[in-house]
Formats: sequence, structure tokens, C-alpha cells
Amino acid sequence: MEATVTHADTTEGRPFKASYGKMMIWFFIVSDALTFSGFLAAYGFSRFKFMDTWPIADEVFTHVPFMHGNPQPMIYVAFMTFVLIISSVTMVLAVDAGHKLKQNRVAWLMFATIIGGLIFVGSQAWEWSTFIRGEYGAVETKGGQILQFVDAETHKQVALSEFAVHLEDDFTGEGATTYSVAGVLKGFEEHGDLLVRTQKLTEDGHKTVLTRAESVAKLEGAKHVVEGANLIRNEYGSKLFGDFFFFITGFHGFHVFSGVILNIIIFANVIVGTYEKRKSYEMVEKVGLYWHFVDLVWVFVFTFFYLV
Amino acid sequence: MAHDTHKLEIFRGALKFKSNQQKIVGVLILLSVITAIEVVLGIIKPESLMGMVLGMKLLNWIFIILTIVKAYYIAWDFMHIRDEVKWFRISLVVPLLILIPYLAFILLVEGNYIYNVYLDGFIKWDF
Repeated sequence: MEATVTHADTTEGRPFKASYGKMMIWFFIVSDALTFSGFLAAYGFSRFKFMDTWPIADEVFTHVPFMHGNPQPMIYVAFMTFVLIISSVTMVLAVDAGHKLKQNRVAWLMFATIIGGLIFVGSQAWEWSTFIRGEYGAVETKGGQILQFVDAETHKQVALSEFAVHLEDDFTGEGATTYSVAGVLKGFEEHGDLLVRTQKLTEDGHKTVLTRAESVAKLEGAKHVVEGANLIRNEYGSKLFGDFFFFITGFHGFHVFSGVILNIIIFANVIVGTYEKRKSYEMVEKVGLYWHFVDLVWVFVFTFFYLV
Repeated sequence: MAHDTHKLEIFRGALKFKSNQQKIVGVLILLSVITAIEVVLGIIKPESLMGMVLGMKLLNWIFIILTIVKAYYIAWDFMHIRDEVKWFRISLVVPLLILIPYLAFILLVEGNYIYNVYLDGFIKWDF
């Protein structure tokens, strides 16, 4: 035992001059990177398939905590990205301090990393809950198209609650929406200043707004009221958009979560002095690699979900 | 990795840091600046960058290139690939460089094909 622990950091005579554990975490990361690329490529596939009807991310992710009703596209995800980059930096500084065998400094920096990770996971949970709750509501036609409602003058989206009416025979059982299709249609009739917006993108990248006559005709096909998002349909548009959002950010969030758990375990080991006895902080470096990988994946998720 | 074998220069040696810590802060600043550029471009969406280049908007190409630049610095400086031996570096990066563009290419071409089937075929919406 003595021999193995004392020489854990020795790299002479090993392939690639890397220790076994470090090489294996690297190969795990390579395979995990391929998994994520598979998901993102599948997302790209579906997006190309519905190129001219895909939701516009800027209109979907506009929420910032404590600033309700004040749409701020991008700001919150930018904050999340920044948190993750910062926690990556504290991690790499912890690895650096580990090389110099500074136990206290490693502990504090790992603590900061864990806090960063928790802020990120919390932000993601909040993002999910806003996405699931939805903001405006929409109706779905028989053919599966999502129809949203906009003001005739400003072309800004109008929430169902601003015009739809409650009918007496509204279904109230499980899975019931706040309004029935008939209630939405009645409200639409009463409000002459409303128009329907389809998913179709125009040449300059905006959603198509129909005329009043076209809107009324289109609404004849309405079948469901959609509020927020679930795995079957979502009010933002293409069904696959919601599914991929849940799946990819969920899988990434799971990685962040397990990264936080691993960090906590290693943090505890640092505090009790396990690595001080070994005279090697290589374990910190290994979880560090995983943590940076999580950051690396987020950089791509950020680009493909929120920017492109 | 021995304790003081960090390579301390980035931008092909144009920028050299005195210590590993300084280099980390330098890379942090670089990553933050790139993220800020991305966010600002994402909010304004300048009209001049909306032209199509190779089937995609110029702005989207810029986003993807900036992302790859960010990924490079995270891997090279935070994950210390810069300090690994050459063939370890190659065995990690080359499989990804071959497989990911390949997968993206075939899936996007296929997606585009299905888009065209919808566009001029008789299938109206979802399948």
C-alpha cells in the first residue's frame, strides 16, 4: 500500500507520461463528448428538418428572476455561462494549488467551485420551471401546428388570460387547461384587435402574422389549448424543440449535478488531509478534468440552443 | 506532470505569462470577452451579418467559430492539454475532430433533405 500511494504521481515509464487514472478520465471524457455530440447533432437534424418553423430562442428564453414581465433575451443564460466559467477557473486554481501542496487553498477553491456548481444547477432548475409554466399559451391545430396570439398593432404576443373566457362547461378534471378551446375561440371573437401568429418564419426571420380573416379561418382547426411545455407539446412551437430542450439541458444538468457530488467527496478528502498524506493532489486534478468538461459541453449547448 | 512544467504562453507565444495562475486569469479574461461578444451579437443580431455563407447565416458561423475557440482554450489551458505529451494530445483530440464533423455532416444533410420532402411533397406536417 505504501508503495502505491507514495508513487501515485509518478509518471515515468507510463504510456503518454500520464498516470492511469488521469488517462482513463480523459478517455471517459472523449466518449462522453461523443455522446453529447450525438445529442446535439440529433438536435441539428430535427432543426434542419423544420428549418422554417423552428421557435426563435430569443423569444422563448427571455426571463430573468425578479424581473417578471420585462423580457431580457439572453441575459440569464449569459449569467449561467459566466458562473460556470468562473467555477471552472476556481477549479483550475485549486489544481494549481494542489501541485504546490497548499491544503487550505485547495479546500477554499474547491468550496467556491461547489458553490458555483450549485448556483448553476439552481439556475437551470429555475429555467426549466419557467419553460414548463410558459407565459402566453397557444392553441394547437389538428395538424399539430402551434398558433399563438398577437396584438394587431404591435405584433407582440398576448397571453390567453388576457382575452380567453371561462365557459360554464369547461372540463376541470386531470390534465385540464385553464381555458377550453371554445373559451379561447370565443375570447378571440370578442377581441377584434387580435391576430394569429403561425410558426412559419418569414424571409427576414420573424414569425408570420396572419390577417384577421386568415386567423379566423386558421382557428377553425384548433384542437388543444397548450400552456407551457411538456414532453408531448409546448406553446413555443415544434414539439421536438421542447423534447430536445428537456433532454439535452437535462442530461447536462445531470452531469453538473454529479460533478458537484464528486467535488464534494474530493473536498471532504482534502479537508481530512487524505491527499496531504499522499503528497499528491492528483484526485483534485481528475475531478477537475471532469468539471472542465461539463463547462466545455455547456459552451456548446449555449451556442446551439440559445445563440444560433 | 511535474510541478513547474506548465507552458505559459498562449496565442502561439505572442502572449507569455509569468506564472500558471496569471495564465489562468488571462484565459478567464479571454473567455469572458468572447462570451460577451457572443451575447451582444445575439441581442443585436446585426443586419450586415445575416447574409448566407455555405448554407448558413454568417452570424451563426461566427457563433460556431467563437464557440470552438472557447472550447480550445478550456481544453488547452484549463484541462492542461497544452502540457501533455504530443501523442496523448493527438489520441484525445483527433477522434473527436474526425467523428463529430462527420456525424454533424451526415445528419444535417439528411435533415435538409427531409425539409425539402416536406416542402414540395404532399406530407403536410409532423411525422
